Amino acid sequence: MTVSPSAEPDAVDTQRVRDASAIALRNLHKRFGRDAVALDGVDLDIHAGEFFTLLGPSGCGKTTLLRILAGLEAPNEGSLTIGGKDVTTTPPHLRSVNTVFQSYALFPHLSVHDNIAFGLRMKGVAAAERERRVQEIADFIKLGALMERRVNQLSGGQRQRVALARALVCEPDVLLLDEPLSALDAGLRNQLQVELQRTQKRLGMTFVFVTHDQEEAMVMSDRIAVLDGGVIQQVGPPQTVYEHPINAFVARFMGHVNLFEIDSVSGDRVTTALGQLRLEQPLAEHERHGMLLIRQEVIELGPEVPEGYNALEGVVRERLYRGSRVEYRLEVDGVVLLATASNLGQRLHAVGDRVTVSICPEDIVRLDA
Amino acid sequence: MSKPESPYPLAAHSRSLSPDTRHLLWSVAPGVIWIVVFLVLPSLYLIGVAFMTNGPYGQPQMPLTLDAFSQLAGFGFLGWSPGNLYTLLRSLWQTLLATGLVILVAYPLAYRISISREKWRALMLLAVVVPSWTNQVIRAFGWMNLLSPGTPLAELAQFFGLIGPNMGLYPSNFAVTLGLIYNFLPFMVLPLYAAFEKLDYALVEAARDLYASPLRAFWLAVFPQTLPGLLAGTVLVSIPAFGMYVVPELLGGGRAMMLGNLVASQFAGGSNWPLGAAGALIMLLATFGGLFAMRRIGKRLSGGEEVVI
Repeated sequence: MTVSPSAEPDAVDTQRVRDASAIALRNLHKRFGRDAVALDGVDLDIHAGEFFTLLGPSGCGKTTLLRILAGLEAPNEGSLTIGGKDVTTTPPHLRSVNTVFQSYALFPHLSVHDNIAFGLRMKGVAAAERERRVQEIADFIKLGALMERRVNQLSGGQRQRVALARALVCEPDVLLLDEPLSALDAGLRNQLQVELQRTQKRLGMTFVFVTHDQEEAMVMSDRIAVLDGGVIQQVGPPQTVYEHPINAFVARFMGHVNLFEIDSVSGDRVTTALGQLRLEQPLAEHERHGMLLIRQEVIELGPEVPEGYNALEGVVRERLYRGSRVEYRLEVDGVVLLATASNLGQRLHAVGDRVTVSICPEDIVRLDA
Repeated sequence: MSKPESPYPLAAHSRSLSPDTRHLLWSVAPGVIWIVVFLVLPSLYLIGVAFMTNGPYGQPQMPLTLDAFSQLAGFGFLGWSPGNLYTLLRSLWQTLLATGLVILVAYPLAYRISISREKWRALMLLAVVVPSWTNQVIRAFGWMNLLSPGTPLAELAQFFGLIGPNMGLYPSNFAVTLGLIYNFLPFMVLPLYAAFEKLDYALVEAARDLYASPLRAFWLAVFPQTLPGLLAGTVLVSIPAFGMYVVPELLGGGRAMMLGNLVASQFAGGSNWPLGAAGALIMLLATFGGLFAMRRIGKRLSGGEEVVI
C-alpha cells in the first residue's frame, strides 16, 4: 500500500479510470422484518474511479447500502447497475466487486498467502498466473515477510493489509470498504488513511468507503454522501458538505454546533436567539425559515471589528486548550456560542473576560432545519 | 555450617514445595487415586488375562500364551472358522455406517436448530436429547415393537419387496444400524450445534464475495468451522458404537453380533476369560488407532491447527 514510485508493478493498472465501474442506484428500498427500514429510496450515482464515502451514524443504512453493492443483501425495491449492467439480482460471486470487511473476515485456517490467493483460485486463474499476481500484490502492499504466517499471528494493521490485498488482487471494478480502519489505533489509522487514498488514486479503481468518522471521510474522499434514516441527506465534495451543509443533521454530523433558528427576516437582516445578524445578501422567499450556521473557526475574537462584520458582545465561560488551537465557550445574550481560535501565540482570553465577537456576513450559512 | 537439621524431615520437605504445588497435589490426588484404582489397575489386569491360558472352568491361568488371540482370529480345535472375524468386521462396518449416517442426519439438523429463533432452539435441542433420558433397553424394545413382523413399517418394506412375506425388519443388521443411529444421534447433534452456533458468518460472506459459489463457500468457509464439532461428535459416536452391547443383543438376534457381545459372552457365560480380554484389548487398540487417525485428519483439514478431541 505504501507507494514508492520506483517499484511500481506494471500489471497493476495505474491512473486508468475504468469506465466499467460507474455505479448507479435507483430508488433503493430495503426493509428488515416488518418495520425496520434500512434504506428508504436511495438514488445515487458513483463515478468511475472515484473515492466515494458513505458517511452516517450507526443504523443510518450505510452498511446495508454497501452490502447491497456487494450482493450480500438484496433490495426490496429499486435497481443497481454497475458499469451500465443491471446487477440487482446478481449473486455476489458473479459480481466484479470485492469487499474489505470491518472484521476483515480472513480465513483462519489458511495462511496469508492462501487468503490472498483465495479469490483468484475461485475465479479459476491458472496457478502460475495466480502466483505472479499474489506476489505482485504482496510486494505492492508490503506483505512479503508475512506470506506463510497464519492469520492469527498478525497484528490488527497487518490483518487490515491482508484483507485489502485479498480484495485488490482480484482487480475488481469496484472495491467496497466497510469501516476497515475502525479497529485500529489513531496513529496507524491516520497512516492507513493516507495510504489507502494513495492506493486508490494509483489504481484508478472505484472505492466505496463506509465510515461514521467525518474527519476520515473528509481526508480520503472525492465525494461524500451523508446518510440518515435510510435517506441520503447530501452528496458532495468534502469541502461543500463541511462548509455548506444542507440541513441541521448534516451540519451537526460534520461537527458543527453553532446553529440558530431563524426567528424573523427583514432584508439582509436576520433575527435569531443570538441577536440580529447581517447576511451577505437578502434571503430568498423560500429561505426565510430554517437555521443559520456559524462555523466555530470563522468567529473572530478581538477588540477591533473589521469593516462590515457583525459585532456581538460576549463573555468567556469556558476555555479548552488543545495545543494547536483554543476553544472558547462564549455566552452571548444568554446563548452559548462556540469559537475556535488558532493558537498563533496571541494572548489567550481568560474565563470571565468580556470579548467582542466578529462574524463576517459571508461566513453565515443558511440551512434547512 | 549448614542450618540445623529439622526434627521433622517430612515437614521440611513439604515446606520446600510452594503452596501452589501443594495445593495442586491435594486437588489432583483423589482423581489420580480413582483413575489408578478403577482404570489403570483393571486395564493392566485385563491385558494380563488376555495373554493367559483358559482354564477348564473358564478361569484364566498360567502359562502365558497367545492362544486367546489365535482363537479370536478363528482358530479352534475344529480348525479355522471365520465367525469371530465376521463379528470384528461387522463391528467395524456397523460403526462406520452408523457414524456416517448419524453425520448425514445430524449435520443439517444441527444447522437448522442453530438458525432457529432463540426460543425454539432450546426446545428443539431438548427434543433431540430427551429420548436418551430413557433406558437404552426400553428404547431397544420400542424399536423391536416398531420393526417386528406385521407392523406398518414391516408391511411397507414387504410392499416394496425389501423383505420376504411374513418377515419383520427385526432381527437384522438393518435394525442394529437403525438402533445405533437412534442411540447416538444426540452425541453428534450437540457438538455440531455448538460449532454452528459460533459460526462466523462473515467468513461465508467473504468467500461469496471472493467468487465462491454457494457450494464452494460451504465447503471452504462453513465446513472448516464445523470440523472440530464434527470430529468431537464422531469420537463420541463411534467409540461407544464400536463396543455397543445392548443394541445388537436386542435388535440383532444371533446373526448380527458385534464385538461387545462377543466379549460379554466370554465373561458372562464364564466360558473363556482370556478370549474376552483379548477381544477387549483389540477393541481398545482399534479405538486408539481411530483416535490417532482422527487427530491426523483433523490436523490436515484444519490446516495444521490443533484439533482437540
